[in-house]
Amino acid sequence: MSDSTVTDTPDIDPTGTTGAPESDHTEIPPGYDDGEDHIGFEHHHTATGLSNTKLAMWLFLGSECLLFGGLISTYMLYRNRQADQLGPDQLWDIPFTSATSFVLLMSSLTMVMSVSAAKRKDERGTRLWLTVTALLGGLFLAGQVYEFTVFYREGLGYTTSLFSSSFFTLTGFHGVHVGVGIIMLLSLVAMLARNRIIGDKAETVEMIGLYWHFVDVVWIVIFTLVYLVPA
Amino acid sequence: MSSDTTTDTTTDTTSGTDTDAVDPDAHIVPTEPDGDPGDAAYPPSPPIHEGGHGHKEPTDRQYVMIAVILAVLTAIEIAATELGNDGPWLVPSLIVLMTIKFFVVVLFFMHLRFDSRLFSLMFYIGLSFAVVLYTVVLATFHFFTG
Repeated sequence: MSDSTVTDTPDIDPTGTTGAPESDHTEIPPGYDDGEDHIGFEHHHTATGLSNTKLAMWLFLGSECLLFGGLISTYMLYRNRQADQLGPDQLWDIPFTSATSFVLLMSSLTMVMSVSAAKRKDERGTRLWLTVTALLGGLFLAGQVYEFTVFYREGLGYTTSLFSSSFFTLTGFHGVHVGVGIIMLLSLVAMLARNRIIGDKAETVEMIGLYWHFVDVVWIVIFTLVYLVPA
Repeated sequence: MSSDTTTDTTTDTTSGTDTDAVDPDAHIVPTEPDGDPGDAAYPPSPPIHEGGHGHKEPTDRQYVMIAVILAVLTAIEIAATELGNDGPWLVPSLIVLMTIKFFVVVLFFMHLRFDSRLFSLMFYIGLSFAVVLYTVVLATFHFFTG
Protein backbone atom coordinates (compact mmCIF):
# COMPACT_ATOMS: atom_id res chain seq x y z
CA MET A 1 0.00 0.00 0.00
CA SER A 2 1.30 3.46 -0.74
CA ASP A 3 2.83 5.81 1.83
CA SER A 4 0.12 8.36 1.27
CA THR A 5 -2.49 5.88 2.31
CA VAL A 6 -0.63 5.15 5.51
CA THR A 7 -0.29 8.87 6.26
CA ASP A 8 -3.94 9.55 5.67
CA THR A 9 -5.08 6.68 7.81
CA PRO A 10 -2.44 6.11 10.46
CA ASP A 11 -4.28 3.21 12.10
CA ILE A 12 -4.05 1.06 9.02
CA ASP A 13 -1.54 -1.73 8.98
CA PRO A 14 0.49 -1.30 5.78
CA THR A 15 -0.20 -4.94 4.94
CA GLY A 16 -3.88 -4.27 5.09
CA THR A 17 -4.47 -7.37 7.15
CA THR A 18 -4.93 -6.04 10.67
CA GLY A 19 -6.24 -2.95 12.32
CA ALA A 20 -7.80 -1.51 9.18
CA PRO A 21 -10.96 0.46 9.70
CA GLU A 22 -13.93 -1.14 8.08
CA SER A 23 -14.49 1.80 5.77
CA ASP A 24 -11.09 1.27 4.12
CA HIS A 25 -11.78 -2.24 3.00
CA THR A 26 -12.65 -1.05 -0.48
CA GLU A 27 -9.01 0.05 -0.95
CA ILE A 28 -7.71 -3.48 -0.92
CA PRO A 29 -6.21 -4.04 -4.33
CA PRO A 30 -7.63 -6.46 -6.87
CA GLY A 31 -6.37 -10.00 -6.47
CA TYR A 32 -5.70 -9.51 -2.76
CA ASP A 33 -6.09 -12.83 -1.00
CA ASP A 34 -7.74 -12.33 2.36
CA GLY A 35 -8.78 -15.97 2.63
CA GLU A 36 -12.46 -15.18 2.39
CA ASP A 37 -15.05 -16.18 -0.15
CA HIS A 38 -14.66 -13.99 -3.22
CA ILE A 39 -17.26 -13.46 -5.84
CA GLY A 40 -14.83 -11.94 -8.25
CA PHE A 41 -11.36 -13.15 -9.10
CA GLU A 42 -8.17 -11.89 -10.60
CA HIS A 43 -4.98 -13.78 -11.22
CA HIS A 44 -2.36 -13.43 -8.48
CA HIS A 45 1.09 -12.36 -9.44
CA THR A 46 3.56 -15.22 -9.19
CA ALA A 47 7.33 -15.36 -9.47
CA THR A 48 7.07 -17.34 -12.70
CA GLY A 49 4.13 -15.43 -14.13
CA LEU A 50 2.33 -18.78 -14.33
CA SER A 51 -0.42 -20.28 -12.24
CA ASN A 52 1.08 -21.90 -9.15
CA THR A 53 -1.90 -24.24 -8.97
CA LYS A 54 -1.22 -25.53 -12.45
CA LEU A 55 2.50 -25.80 -11.77
CA ALA A 56 1.79 -27.83 -8.63
CA MET A 57 -0.61 -30.09 -10.56
CA TRP A 58 2.03 -30.86 -13.21
CA LEU A 59 4.60 -31.50 -10.49
CA PHE A 60 2.12 -33.88 -8.82
CA LEU A 61 1.48 -35.68 -12.10
CA GLY A 62 5.23 -35.99 -12.67
CA SER A 63 5.54 -37.65 -9.26
CA GLU A 64 2.61 -39.94 -10.08
CA CYS A 65 4.68 -41.27 -13.00
CA LEU A 66 7.08 -42.66 -10.42
CA LEU A 67 4.26 -44.31 -8.45
CA PHE A 68 2.71 -46.03 -11.46
CA GLY A 69 6.14 -46.76 -12.95
CA GLY A 70 6.97 -48.75 -9.83
CA LEU A 71 3.68 -50.66 -9.91
CA ILE A 72 3.95 -51.41 -13.64
CA SER A 73 7.57 -52.56 -13.28
CA THR A 74 6.63 -54.83 -10.38
CA TYR A 75 3.86 -56.38 -12.46
CA MET A 76 6.19 -56.88 -15.43
CA LEU A 77 8.67 -58.68 -13.18
CA TYR A 78 6.06 -60.95 -11.60
CA ARG A 79 3.61 -61.56 -14.43
CA ASN A 80 5.01 -65.04 -15.10
CA ARG A 81 5.34 -65.97 -11.43
CA GLN A 82 2.16 -67.97 -10.97
CA ALA A 83 3.54 -71.53 -10.93
CA ASP A 84 0.64 -73.80 -11.89
CA GLN A 85 -1.95 -71.23 -10.89
CA LEU A 86 -4.04 -69.15 -13.27
CA GLY A 87 -2.01 -66.84 -15.49
CA PRO A 88 -2.76 -63.93 -17.80
CA ASP A 89 -3.33 -66.14 -20.84
CA GLN A 90 -6.16 -68.04 -19.16
CA LEU A 91 -7.82 -64.97 -17.67
CA TRP A 92 -7.78 -62.00 -20.00
CA ASP A 93 -10.95 -61.16 -21.86
CA ILE A 94 -9.46 -58.76 -24.41
CA PRO A 95 -12.75 -57.73 -26.12
CA PHE A 96 -14.29 -56.80 -22.77
CA THR A 97 -11.22 -54.90 -21.52
CA SER A 98 -10.96 -53.18 -24.92
CA ALA A 99 -14.53 -51.95 -24.54
CA THR A 100 -13.85 -50.50 -21.07
CA SER A 101 -10.61 -48.95 -22.37
CA PHE A 102 -12.58 -47.31 -25.16
CA VAL A 103 -15.03 -45.92 -22.60
CA LEU A 104 -12.17 -44.37 -20.59
CA LEU A 105 -10.60 -42.99 -23.77
CA MET A 106 -13.88 -41.32 -24.72
CA SER A 107 -14.16 -39.87 -21.22
CA SER A 108 -10.97 -37.94 -22.01
CA LEU A 109 -12.77 -36.43 -25.00
CA THR A 110 -15.77 -35.38 -22.88
CA MET A 111 -13.38 -33.97 -20.28
CA VAL A 112 -11.57 -31.82 -22.82
CA MET A 113 -14.95 -30.66 -24.16
CA SER A 114 -15.81 -29.60 -20.62
CA VAL A 115 -12.59 -27.60 -20.30
CA SER A 116 -13.30 -26.04 -23.68
CA ALA A 117 -16.82 -25.08 -22.57
CA ALA A 118 -15.46 -23.61 -19.32
CA LYS A 119 -13.04 -21.42 -21.28
CA ARG A 120 -15.97 -20.21 -23.38
CA LYS A 121 -17.80 -19.41 -20.09
CA ASP A 122 -20.51 -21.88 -21.09
CA GLU A 123 -21.39 -23.04 -17.59
CA ARG A 124 -24.25 -25.31 -18.65
CA GLY A 125 -22.08 -27.06 -21.20
CA THR A 126 -19.29 -27.39 -18.65
CA ARG A 127 -21.56 -29.12 -16.15
CA LEU A 128 -23.05 -31.35 -18.84
CA TRP A 129 -19.68 -32.59 -20.12
CA LEU A 130 -18.36 -33.04 -16.58
CA THR A 131 -21.38 -35.19 -15.74
CA VAL A 132 -20.93 -37.29 -18.89
CA THR A 133 -17.24 -37.72 -18.00
CA ALA A 134 -18.16 -38.90 -14.51
CA LEU A 135 -20.70 -41.35 -15.95
CA LEU A 136 -18.14 -42.79 -18.39
CA GLY A 137 -15.65 -43.07 -15.54
CA GLY A 138 -18.29 -44.89 -13.49
CA LEU A 139 -18.89 -47.26 -16.40
CA PHE A 140 -15.18 -48.02 -16.63
CA LEU A 141 -15.00 -48.62 -12.89
CA ALA A 142 -18.04 -50.91 -13.03
CA GLY A 143 -16.29 -52.89 -15.77
CA GLN A 144 -13.19 -53.20 -13.63
CA VAL A 145 -15.19 -54.40 -10.62
CA TYR A 146 -16.94 -56.96 -12.87
CA GLU A 147 -13.57 -58.12 -14.22
CA PHE A 148 -12.15 -58.51 -10.70
CA THR A 149 -15.23 -60.49 -9.68
CA VAL A 150 -14.85 -62.86 -12.65
CA PHE A 151 -11.16 -63.39 -11.89
CA TYR A 152 -11.91 -64.06 -8.23
CA ARG A 153 -14.59 -66.62 -9.10
CA GLU A 154 -12.13 -68.35 -11.40
CA GLY A 155 -9.78 -68.73 -8.47
CA LEU A 156 -7.49 -65.70 -8.72
CA GLY A 157 -7.34 -64.13 -5.26
CA TYR A 158 -5.09 -61.30 -4.12
CA THR A 159 -2.61 -63.70 -2.50
CA THR A 160 -2.90 -66.56 -5.00
CA SER A 161 0.44 -65.77 -6.64
CA LEU A 162 2.96 -63.01 -7.18
CA PHE A 163 1.25 -62.39 -10.52
CA SER A 164 -2.17 -61.93 -8.94
CA SER A 165 -0.85 -59.67 -6.16
CA SER A 166 0.99 -57.39 -8.56
CA PHE A 167 -1.94 -57.35 -11.02
CA PHE A 168 -4.58 -56.48 -8.42
CA THR A 169 -2.29 -53.88 -6.81
CA LEU A 170 -1.58 -52.14 -10.12
CA THR A 171 -5.11 -52.15 -11.52
CA GLY A 172 -6.59 -51.52 -8.06
CA PHE A 173 -4.45 -48.41 -7.59
CA HIS A 174 -5.56 -47.19 -10.98
CA GLY A 175 -9.19 -47.93 -10.10
CA VAL A 176 -8.84 -45.90 -6.90
CA HIS A 177 -7.50 -43.01 -8.97
CA VAL A 178 -10.52 -43.27 -11.26
CA GLY A 179 -12.81 -43.34 -8.21
CA VAL A 180 -11.17 -40.23 -6.75
CA GLY A 181 -11.51 -38.57 -10.17
CA ILE A 182 -15.23 -39.33 -10.29
CA ILE A 183 -15.70 -37.85 -6.80
CA MET A 184 -13.82 -34.72 -7.88
CA LEU A 185 -15.89 -34.43 -11.08
CA LEU A 186 -19.22 -34.77 -9.29
CA SER A 187 -18.10 -32.37 -6.55
CA LEU A 188 -17.11 -29.89 -9.22
CA VAL A 189 -20.50 -30.19 -10.92
CA ALA A 190 -22.25 -29.55 -7.59
CA MET A 191 -19.98 -26.61 -6.75
CA LEU A 192 -20.47 -25.05 -10.19
CA ALA A 193 -24.24 -25.44 -9.86
CA ARG A 194 -24.16 -23.61 -6.52
CA ASN A 195 -21.57 -21.06 -7.66
CA ARG A 196 -19.23 -22.16 -4.87
CA ILE A 197 -15.99 -22.13 -6.84
CA ILE A 198 -13.49 -19.68 -5.38
CA GLY A 199 -11.27 -18.21 -8.06
CA ASP A 200 -11.01 -18.96 -11.73
CA LYS A 201 -13.65 -21.51 -12.71
CA ALA A 202 -12.03 -22.40 -16.03
CA GLU A 203 -8.73 -23.10 -14.30
CA THR A 204 -10.44 -25.26 -11.67
CA VAL A 205 -12.10 -27.33 -14.40
CA GLU A 206 -8.75 -27.57 -16.20
CA MET A 207 -6.99 -28.84 -13.06
CA ILE A 208 -9.53 -31.63 -12.59
CA GLY A 209 -9.19 -32.30 -16.32
CA LEU A 210 -5.42 -32.70 -16.05
CA TYR A 211 -5.87 -35.28 -13.32
CA TRP A 212 -8.50 -37.12 -15.34
CA HIS A 213 -6.41 -37.18 -18.51
CA PHE A 214 -3.48 -38.50 -16.51
CA VAL A 215 -5.63 -41.37 -15.26
CA ASP A 216 -6.47 -42.09 -18.90
CA VAL A 217 -2.82 -41.88 -19.95
CA VAL A 218 -1.85 -44.37 -17.24
CA TRP A 219 -4.54 -46.76 -18.48
CA ILE A 220 -3.17 -46.47 -22.03
CA VAL A 221 0.13 -47.83 -20.68
CA ILE A 222 -1.50 -50.47 -18.45
CA PHE A 223 -3.80 -51.71 -21.21
CA THR A 224 -0.89 -52.26 -23.59
CA LEU A 225 1.70 -53.66 -21.18
CA VAL A 226 -0.61 -55.73 -19.00
CA TYR A 227 -3.31 -56.92 -21.39
CA LEU A 228 -1.90 -56.79 -24.92
CA VAL A 229 1.79 -57.63 -24.61
CA PRO A 230 1.97 -61.44 -24.40
CA ALA A 231 3.24 -62.77 -21.08
CA MET B 1 -24.82 -14.72 -4.51
CA SER B 2 -23.42 -11.49 -5.76
CA SER B 3 -26.73 -9.72 -6.05
CA ASP B 4 -27.53 -10.37 -2.39
CA THR B 5 -24.23 -9.00 -1.21
CA THR B 6 -24.44 -5.98 -3.44
CA THR B 7 -27.83 -5.17 -1.98
CA ASP B 8 -26.31 -5.29 1.49
CA THR B 9 -23.73 -2.67 0.60
CA THR B 10 -26.29 -0.15 -0.60
CA THR B 11 -28.90 -0.59 2.13
CA ASP B 12 -26.72 -0.52 5.18
CA THR B 13 -29.11 -0.57 8.14
CA THR B 14 -26.42 0.23 10.72
CA SER B 15 -25.61 3.60 9.23
CA GLY B 16 -29.13 4.91 9.04
CA THR B 17 -29.83 7.04 6.02
CA ASP B 18 -26.41 6.96 4.41
CA THR B 19 -26.89 4.63 1.52
CA ASP B 20 -23.28 5.11 0.37
CA ALA B 21 -21.87 3.74 3.59
CA VAL B 22 -19.64 0.78 3.03
CA ASP B 23 -20.53 -2.52 4.49
CA PRO B 24 -17.79 -4.11 6.63
CA ASP B 25 -17.63 -7.00 4.21
CA ALA B 26 -17.68 -4.82 1.12
CA HIS B 27 -13.97 -5.36 0.51
CA ILE B 28 -14.64 -8.89 -0.58
CA VAL B 29 -16.98 -7.79 -3.32
CA PRO B 30 -15.04 -6.61 -6.35
CA THR B 31 -16.97 -4.70 -8.93
CA GLU B 32 -18.51 -6.80 -11.62
CA PRO B 33 -18.14 -5.09 -14.94
CA ASP B 34 -21.35 -6.21 -16.54
CA GLY B 35 -23.39 -7.21 -13.54
CA ASP B 36 -23.48 -10.85 -14.50
CA PRO B 37 -22.57 -12.88 -11.43
CA GLY B 38 -21.37 -15.75 -13.56
CA ASP B 39 -18.80 -13.71 -15.43
CA ALA B 40 -16.93 -12.39 -12.42
CA ALA B 41 -15.35 -15.75 -11.66
CA TYR B 42 -13.99 -16.00 -15.17
CA PRO B 43 -11.20 -13.48 -15.43
CA PRO B 44 -10.57 -11.78 -18.71
CA SER B 45 -7.25 -13.45 -18.84
CA PRO B 46 -4.96 -14.43 -21.55
CA PRO B 47 -6.44 -15.23 -24.93
CA ILE B 48 -8.12 -18.58 -24.61
CA HIS B 49 -6.89 -19.98 -27.87
CA GLU B 50 -3.32 -18.84 -27.61
CA GLY B 51 -0.84 -20.94 -25.73
CA GLY B 52 2.58 -20.33 -24.25
CA HIS B 53 4.29 -21.81 -27.27
CA GLY B 54 2.43 -19.59 -29.68
CA HIS B 55 0.29 -22.46 -31.02
CA LYS B 56 -3.45 -22.28 -31.29
CA GLU B 57 -5.39 -24.67 -29.10
CA PRO B 58 -7.54 -27.18 -31.01
CA THR B 59 -11.19 -26.51 -31.60
CA ASP B 60 -13.91 -28.88 -30.38
CA ARG B 61 -14.07 -30.42 -33.83
CA GLN B 62 -10.33 -31.07 -33.76
CA TYR B 63 -10.66 -32.64 -30.31
CA VAL B 64 -13.18 -35.08 -31.77
CA MET B 65 -10.76 -35.88 -34.60
CA ILE B 66 -7.98 -36.51 -32.08
CA ALA B 67 -10.28 -38.87 -30.15
CA VAL B 68 -11.08 -40.72 -33.38
CA ILE B 69 -7.35 -41.10 -34.07
CA LEU B 70 -6.84 -42.47 -30.55
CA ALA B 71 -9.70 -44.93 -31.05
CA VAL B 72 -8.24 -46.09 -34.38
CA LEU B 73 -4.80 -46.57 -32.83
CA THR B 74 -6.40 -48.61 -30.03
CA ALA B 75 -8.25 -50.72 -32.61
CA ILE B 76 -4.96 -51.35 -34.45
CA GLU B 77 -3.35 -52.44 -31.16
CA ILE B 78 -6.17 -54.87 -30.42
CA ALA B 79 -6.22 -56.21 -33.96
CA ALA B 80 -2.46 -56.74 -33.90
CA THR B 81 -2.74 -58.72 -30.67
CA GLU B 82 -5.76 -60.78 -31.67
CA LEU B 83 -4.83 -61.46 -35.29
CA GLY B 84 -1.08 -61.05 -35.44
CA ASN B 85 -0.23 -63.83 -33.02
CA ASP B 86 3.14 -63.21 -31.40
CA GLY B 87 5.63 -62.40 -34.11
CA PRO B 88 8.84 -60.54 -33.24
CA TRP B 89 7.31 -57.28 -34.47
CA LEU B 90 4.30 -57.41 -32.16
CA VAL B 91 5.75 -56.06 -28.91
CA PRO B 92 7.76 -53.21 -30.50
CA SER B 93 4.76 -52.11 -32.57
CA LEU B 94 2.49 -52.21 -29.51
CA ILE B 95 4.95 -50.08 -27.57
CA VAL B 96 5.25 -47.59 -30.43
CA LEU B 97 1.44 -47.29 -30.69
CA MET B 98 1.16 -46.94 -26.91
CA THR B 99 3.78 -44.18 -26.90
CA ILE B 100 2.01 -42.31 -29.71
CA LYS B 101 -1.32 -42.48 -27.83
CA PHE B 102 0.37 -41.40 -24.61
CA PHE B 103 1.86 -38.28 -26.15
CA VAL B 104 -1.25 -37.42 -28.18
CA VAL B 105 -3.25 -37.24 -24.95
CA VAL B 106 -0.52 -35.38 -23.05
CA LEU B 107 0.22 -32.87 -25.80
CA PHE B 108 -3.30 -32.15 -27.04
CA PHE B 109 -5.87 -33.13 -24.41
CA MET B 110 -3.66 -31.98 -21.53
CA HIS B 111 -2.56 -28.93 -23.55
CA LEU B 112 1.12 -29.43 -22.82
CA ARG B 113 1.91 -28.46 -26.41
CA PHE B 114 0.18 -25.11 -25.91
CA ASP B 115 1.24 -24.32 -22.34
CA SER B 116 4.40 -22.99 -20.79
CA ARG B 117 7.56 -25.06 -21.13
CA LEU B 118 7.89 -24.99 -17.35
CA PHE B 119 4.83 -27.24 -17.07
CA SER B 120 6.40 -29.60 -19.61
CA LEU B 121 9.59 -29.59 -17.58
CA MET B 122 7.75 -30.52 -14.37
CA PHE B 123 6.07 -33.47 -16.06
CA TYR B 124 8.90 -34.72 -18.25
CA ILE B 125 11.39 -34.68 -15.37
CA GLY B 126 9.13 -37.04 -13.41
CA LEU B 127 8.38 -39.16 -16.48
CA SER B 128 12.03 -39.40 -17.58
CA PHE B 129 13.17 -40.21 -14.07
CA ALA B 130 10.55 -42.97 -13.82
CA VAL B 131 11.45 -44.47 -17.22
CA VAL B 132 15.20 -44.47 -16.53
CA LEU B 133 14.85 -45.70 -12.95
CA TYR B 134 12.54 -48.60 -13.71
CA THR B 135 14.39 -49.57 -16.88
CA VAL B 136 17.51 -49.94 -14.73
CA VAL B 137 15.53 -51.87 -12.10
CA LEU B 138 14.11 -54.25 -14.71
CA ALA B 139 17.55 -54.69 -16.29
CA THR B 140 18.99 -55.48 -12.89
CA PHE B 141 16.47 -58.30 -12.56
CA HIS B 142 17.37 -59.54 -16.08
CA PHE B 143 13.92 -58.74 -17.37
CA PHE B 144 15.11 -57.89 -20.88
CA THR B 145 17.54 -60.79 -21.23
CA GLY B 146 15.21 -63.44 -19.84
